[in-house]
Amino acid sequence: MINLPPAFIYIIGALLIPLVRIRRLQQALALLIPVLAMVTIMQMPQGTYWQMQFLDYDLILGRVDKLSKLFAYIFVIISFFSMIYAIHIKEIGQHVAAYLYVGSTLGVVFAGDLFSLFFFWEIMAASSVFLIWYNRTEASLKAGFRYALVHLFGGAILLGGIVMQVSTTGSTLFNPFDLSTLAAKFILFGFLINAAVPPLHAWLPDAYPEGTITGSVFMTAFTTKSAVYVLARSFAGTEILIWLGAIMALYGVFYAVIEKDIRRLLSYHIVSQVGYMVCAIGIGTEMALNGASAHAFCHILYKAVLFMGMGAVIQATGRRNILDLKGRYLYRKMPITLGLYMVGAFSISAVPLFNGFISKTIIVAAAGVSEMPLIEIMLHLASVGTFLSVGLKLPWGVWFGKPDGSEDEITDLKKIPLNMHLGMGLGALLCIITGIFPDILYKILPYKVDFHPYAPSHVVASLQLLVLTLAGFCLYTNKLMAGRKSISLDTDWFYRTFGRIILEFCLFPLNRFRDSVQSSFANWTAAMASLSKHPYALLEIGWYTVTGQKKTMAELLQRTYDEKDYRLPIGIGVCASLIFLFIYALVYMRVAS
Amino acid sequence: MNPTKLRLIMLGLILLLFLLGFAFPNPHPHFWWQKIPVFDIFFGFFGSILIIVLAKWIGHKWLLKDKDYYDHD
Repeated sequence: MINLPPAFIYIIGALLIPLVRIRRLQQALALLIPVLAMVTIMQMPQGTYWQMQFLDYDLILGRVDKLSKLFAYIFVIISFFSMIYAIHIKEIGQHVAAYLYVGSTLGVVFAGDLFSLFFFWEIMAASSVFLIWYNRTEASLKAGFRYALVHLFGGAILLGGIVMQVSTTGSTLFNPFDLSTLAAKFILFGFLINAAVPPLHAWLPDAYPEGTITGSVFMTAFTTKSAVYVLARSFAGTEILIWLGAIMALYGVFYAVIEKDIRRLLSYHIVSQVGYMVCAIGIGTEMALNGASAHAFCHILYKAVLFMGMGAVIQATGRRNILDLKGRYLYRKMPITLGLYMVGAFSISAVPLFNGFISKTIIVAAAGVSEMPLIEIMLHLASVGTFLSVGLKLPWGVWFGKPDGSEDEITDLKKIPLNMHLGMGLGALLCIITGIFPDILYKILPYKVDFHPYAPSHVVASLQLLVLTLAGFCLYTNKLMAGRKSISLDTDWFYRTFGRIILEFCLFPLNRFRDSVQSSFANWTAAMASLSKHPYALLEIGWYTVTGQKKTMAELLQRTYDEKDYRLPIGIGVCASLIFLFIYALVYMRVAS
Repeated sequence: MNPTKLRLIMLGLILLLFLLGFAFPNPHPHFWWQKIPVFDIFFGFFGSILIIVLAKWIGHKWLLKDKDYYDHD
C-alpha cells in the first residue's frame, strides 16, 4: 500500500505522464495508476486519517467507510476501463485532464471536511472542461464555456454555503446537514447542480455530446455520481429529493424520446438514471440508500459501456445523428460494437441477468416498502421509457432501421482500435458478472442487504414490462424514428437567451453609451487643451456671448495666442493697481473703525 | 424472418408471460396494482405508447427547433 490518498496517486500520476517521453511507458504508467489506487483503496482501513492543519482548520483527506469505499472502487474501476478505451490517444493532455478529474473525484469521495471537499470539487470542474475542449470544434468550445460557467456558478454557491456553515457552527466537518439553515440550502443547491437535477441539469446534455469520444466516457461517471455520493452522505432522507428524483427520472426519459443525437440521447438517460438515485436518497431508508449506492455502481459501468459504444460508432462513421445512421445496416459492419452496446442497453433497461436489474429494482422496491405509490409508478414508467429509448430506439436507429431510399452509403468506415473494444468488453463483462452474481455487489453496500432480485414473481413482472414495451415500440417505430434534424430546447434556453440579451445589451446600447461618453470627454479634453494655449479666448467667448455675436467654439479656439493682440499700455496696469489699493484702504479703514 | 412469423412469436411470448404472471403472483404487494398478476403487461404496453405519443407531441409543438436556433449572429 502506498500511504498516499488515492486522489494524489491520480493527480501526481497525471503530472508524471507527460514527463515520460517513451510512448509505451506513458501508456503503461496510465494503466498502472488505477491499479495502484485500487490496491491502496482495498487496504485502506475504515476510519478517519490523513488529517492536516490548514490555518485554523483541520483538513481530512481520509474519511473512510463503506459508502466512500464503494464509490471509490467503482470510480477506480471505471477509470481503468476508460483509460484502456482511450489509451490509443496520442494527445497526452487528454490523459492528464482525465486523471486530474478522476483524482479530484476521489478527493471528494474521501473528503471529511468541507474545505477539502470544495477544493477537489473545483478541480473536478476545471479539469473536466478540457475533455470537452479537446474535441476542438466550435460547438465544443462554446459548450465547454457554458459547462465551465455553470459549474463555477455552482461552486460559488457551494462555497457560500460552506462559509455560512463554518461561520455559524464553527465546524468544518462534512456531515449530514440540517436543511432548515440557509447554509445547508446553499450547499444542497451546489450539489444539485452537479447531480444534474432539473431545472439545473441542462449543462449535462449540452456538454457531454460535445466532448471527445474518450473524454465523454470519463465524464459520464464522475461528476453526477460524486454528487450522488455527497447527497447520500449529507442529505439522506430529505423529502424534496424524492420528488426531484422521480421527476428527473421521467424528465430524461421524455427528452430521450425526441432526441436524435446519439450521445445527447444517452446524456438524457444519465439524468433519468441519476433521478432514481436522488429519489432513493430522498427516501433515505437503509434499503433505499443501498439501492442508490448499488445503482450508482451499476450505472457507472453500463453508462460507460453505452458511451463507449456510441463513441465507437462516431469514431468509425463520423456521424452522430440517428437520421444519418438508420437504414444503413451498420450491424453488418460493426457487430462487436453492437453486441457490447446491447449488454449496456440491457443493463440500463433492467433486463434480468444484467446489472441494472439488481440495483434499480431495489430503489423501486424501496419506494413500495416506504408506501409511496406515486413515486413507485413514476419510477416504473421511467423504466419503460429507458428500455424504449436506450434498449430499442437507439440500437434500432443506429445499427438497423428501415431504409426509405434517401440513405447514402457509409463507405469510409474507420477501424476501431482493439483497445476500444477491450475497454467496452471489460465494462460489459462486469455488467454481466454483477448482474448474475449480485452478492458480489451487495456485500460491499453500506448497509446489510435483504433483497432477492431473482424472486420468480419479480423476474416475470420485469419480463412482462420489457416485452410489452417492445410491443409498443414495434407498433410505433415509424413515429419514434420520424423527424428531421433539429435541436431540443431545454432549461439552458434561459441562460443562453439571457446571455445573448446581456451580450446584445453590452454590444449595442451600452457600447453606444460608452461611445458617447468617450467622445464627449474627448471633446472636452480637446477644448481644455486649446483653452490652455489661449486662455483669453474665454474672455472673448464671454464678450461675444454678451454682445450676441455668433462665433463657433471651434473658430474661437482655433486661434492661437498672440501676445501682441493683448498688449496694453503700462499705465492701465498702474491705474488698476492704484484703484485696487484705494478700495482696499477704504475697506480696511471701515473695518478698523 | 418474415413479419408474420415475428408477430406470432411475439404474441406467443406475451401469452406465456400472461400465464406466468398468474403462476407467480407478487407475494408482498404494497399497492393494489401489484396484486394484479398481469399488471405489468398493460403498464408496459400503454406506458410505452403514452411516452412516445406525449413526448413526440410536446417535442413537435414546443421543444424541437431548427439546428441553427441559437446561432444567429
